[in-house]
Amino acid sequence: MPVRVQTEDFDVGTEIARLRRGDPKIGAVASFVGVVRNVNDGDSIATLTLEHYPGMTEKAIEAIVAEAKSRWDIVDVGVIHRVGELKPLDQIVLVVVVGGHRGDAFAACEFIMDYLKTRAPFWKKEETPEGARWVDARASDDDAAERWAGRKKDVA
Amino acid sequence: MSANLKLRFFAKLREDLGTPAEDLILPVGVTTVGDLRAHLTARGGAWATALAPGRALGIAVNQEKAQPSTSIKADDEIAFFPPVTGG
Repeated sequence: MPVRVQTEDFDVGTEIARLRRGDPKIGAVASFVGVVRNVNDGDSIATLTLEHYPGMTEKAIEAIVAEAKSRWDIVDVGVIHRVGELKPLDQIVLVVVVGGHRGDAFAACEFIMDYLKTRAPFWKKEETPEGARWVDARASDDDAAERWAGRKKDVA
Repeated sequence: MSANLKLRFFAKLREDLGTPAEDLILPVGVTTVGDLRAHLTARGGAWATALAPGRALGIAVNQEKAQPSTSIKADDEIAFFPPVTGG
């Protein structure tokens, strides 16, 4: 991958195969796919439009990936984030981590998502029966990212 | 020496201010991100509301996350935006 921001959809299997590259040292593949829901805060969602800050977005995600690689024993990471207009059921984001063992792969994947949600410059606007509205940041997302701050690095 | 700053605004802030970007000559006395925010707020109207001191805003200088104390200089790109909601 390794970091892509795009309007097009992605195929998880293709991206995983690309990241594994047939490397027999890779024993674990952890992935996360974020998908558009049809309800948010009690209202039905017709469309979700994602805006971003081209240039900063890629740098911010690359910095998060670099930090994950310094914290955990993993081989490689791929991130795809879609922008533009999406609909319920559409895939929004993909994080794939490949490594030797599952523990580090799972942790790194979750860390990358938690940091991406609070540090990468994306904004969501949703179309509801009440009209369009910008999605508010959630305190729970800040809490999720914050819990990694105090953790000891697994890799010196 | 006068200097050009490139200001950028995103998402709800872009809509509230009615513009995605602006070129600005570095105002006298403005040396930090916090100074710049105060300078823009002093324009009144939508600027005073959207950039009001109590509002949670993200700020980036040259596409790196910045703090109110971050200094700014000639030819910097300075972005203001609401808290991020990706993922």
